[in-house]
Amino acid sequence: MPQINTGSSAGFPPARGGPIPSAARRSFLGVLLAAGAASVGALLSVPLLRFVLHPLLRITTPLSWSEVGRVEEFSTSASPFKKLITVEQRDGWRKIVSERAVYVIKQADGQFAVLSSICPHLGCSVAWRTENNEFLCPCHGGRFAPDGKRLGGPPPRGLDRLESRVEEGMLKVHYQYFRQLVPDKEIIA
Amino acid sequence: MEERQSKSRKEQNITVESERGPFFRWLDRRTGIDSLLRSALDEPIPGGASLAYVFGSGLLFLFLSQVITGVFLALYYVPSADHAHTTIAYITKEVTAGSFIRSIHAYGSSAIVIVLLLHITQTFLYGSYKGKRELLWLAGCVLFALMLGMSFTGYLLPWDQKAFFATTVGTNILSEIPLVGNALKSLLRGGTEMGTLTLSRFFVLHVFMIPAFIFAGVAAHVYLFRKAGAAGPIQGDAATLEQTTEAFYPRQVLFDIVFALLIICGLGLLAHFAPTELGPKANPADTQYVPRPEWYYIPVFQWLKYWEGALAIIGILVIPGFVALLFVALPFLDRRPERRPWKRPVAVTIYAVIFIGLGVLGGLSHRNDLRDPAVASQLAKQHEDVESFMKTPFEPELSGSSLAAANVALADPLAAKGKDIFEQQACNACHGDAGVGTAAAPKLIGVGAKYSSEKLQALLKQPNSKMTAGGMPATDLKDEDMKALVAYVRSLK
Repeated sequence: MPQINTGSSAGFPPARGGPIPSAARRSFLGVLLAAGAASVGALLSVPLLRFVLHPLLRITTPLSWSEVGRVEEFSTSASPFKKLITVEQRDGWRKIVSERAVYVIKQADGQFAVLSSICPHLGCSVAWRTENNEFLCPCHGGRFAPDGKRLGGPPPRGLDRLESRVEEGMLKVHYQYFRQLVPDKEIIA
Repeated sequence: MEERQSKSRKEQNITVESERGPFFRWLDRRTGIDSLLRSALDEPIPGGASLAYVFGSGLLFLFLSQVITGVFLALYYVPSADHAHTTIAYITKEVTAGSFIRSIHAYGSSAIVIVLLLHITQTFLYGSYKGKRELLWLAGCVLFALMLGMSFTGYLLPWDQKAFFATTVGTNILSEIPLVGNALKSLLRGGTEMGTLTLSRFFVLHVFMIPAFIFAGVAAHVYLFRKAGAAGPIQGDAATLEQTTEAFYPRQVLFDIVFALLIICGLGLLAHFAPTELGPKANPADTQYVPRPEWYYIPVFQWLKYWEGALAIIGILVIPGFVALLFVALPFLDRRPERRPWKRPVAVTIYAVIFIGLGVLGGLSHRNDLRDPAVASQLAKQHEDVESFMKTPFEPELSGSSLAAANVALADPLAAKGKDIFEQQACNACHGDAGVGTAAAPKLIGVGAKYSSEKLQALLKQPNSKMTAGGMPATDLKDEDMKALVAYVRSLK
């Protein structure tokens, strides 16, 4: 320890180890302090953990329904009707708005159904060919019937049907993505 | 005496060694942790432990708290003028415990200033800078300056009105420095005006550079402190002090922990019941905004008002520079060993005058704001703006590459028609929506700048060999549809 020559009563006293409490008392105190500090630390880390886990504990992409159009629009058309819908996705603090093409078809019972235009083979956009009365994928020649059933080509399944409903005359759809190259429809996002 | 001490420690070592578990002995042989702990915990404190000595460790605790909360905030924060405000709003309004953690960080900076002032005042009144402690004091001064830098750079990061305008004023002060002032200001701002580059610079200073220096400064400060030894009480005869000398552990450790607990409880209560607010996003075009810095800069802000024109250099540079120099040089100027404050009237008076002066300046600033009706009403309006912004729910930012951005290009009806053809022909299947490109085909954005309309039309009708090899089919369209498609492709930016 450095000693400072202070002369008078003011200044620095000589330093030394000083009376050290008994080892037993010290280690008991040590355990007490360590336990106390650990529990306070654990308490303090609760908000930090919740902060980190926020994106996992909360659904960041809430179910969003996109408007396809008024039902009158599709009533007259016998063949599948192509429509661009606006899909909104949440990505943390931002939102991504994109356009997706869907086909509206009228079923035998008069109800509407909405098909995704993404080919279940490798994800190209399928086109409706009025002259052949079928959907044709421009990439690898996958063919689908007007109701979306697979007719031929490499796709493992028919066109994917999207969840839809009619609300006050407005056809709405819940846009989703499905895994490609598998025989059964499987939601991926 | 040294001999006796080391002997007693050796004895202690043996007893501890034998009562510790095998794991501790295993660890100790490899790390020497026992002697490390011992030298950390057995630091002798002349005159015994005291509540007056808790401020240094309190600062260390607060610094660690700032580091931890700061790192966590960086999980969601983006340092860009476009996104900074949105991400802070997201943290404050939406992320679980986000407002709490941000508040702990923001109030933590104020707590550091308060505890730092207490630490400096205690050191000053106890004369603890005396006796071969010049370097210890200097390291402390460097840490003080770094801490002020941290609070100044951190203030801008939320990029709200308050942050933007306070920092505009703060950086403008630099231009008062003769010759190099404007260059310094531009260097700090990353340009002549405040902008996204300013934010990047402040962010880098705040999270990378200044903290690195603080870590080094803290290490030096603690090392020099241990080297010099605890100063102990201001008076008392050598014999009594020797008798009452106590090791750092356990009583001082206990005091330090109690103080740290008090700090975190205070911060936690504040953060929970009065969370830090966020104002509306910075609007550089706002000419009405009345900026006010953080409370601890208010006295300096008020001081600067009194210096105008040719005298400004004296008020802004000469006087503060002189006071800072006096402060830094204190242990070199005051060489007397006397530590009792009542025997050091000159030093204590100067210290008191500076502090009371700062307090008075702060009070004057507050009074001026209340008395000037124009300022008072503007400040009230700003406060209302903050309140109403805090009440509105979080609005996510529309991604730049989104539909709205893409649609801007479609003001041209021909291009809009072309877009439908693009979809019908399933061009987007390979070239991606809005021509952004996919693994199957390159992006079309920017081809308009490379090819004329005629060339594009020709390529669509008859793709070149490279295009054909990539799987591009020839496009067969009516002339008007082809024109529309080309117009759309050329509009992609």
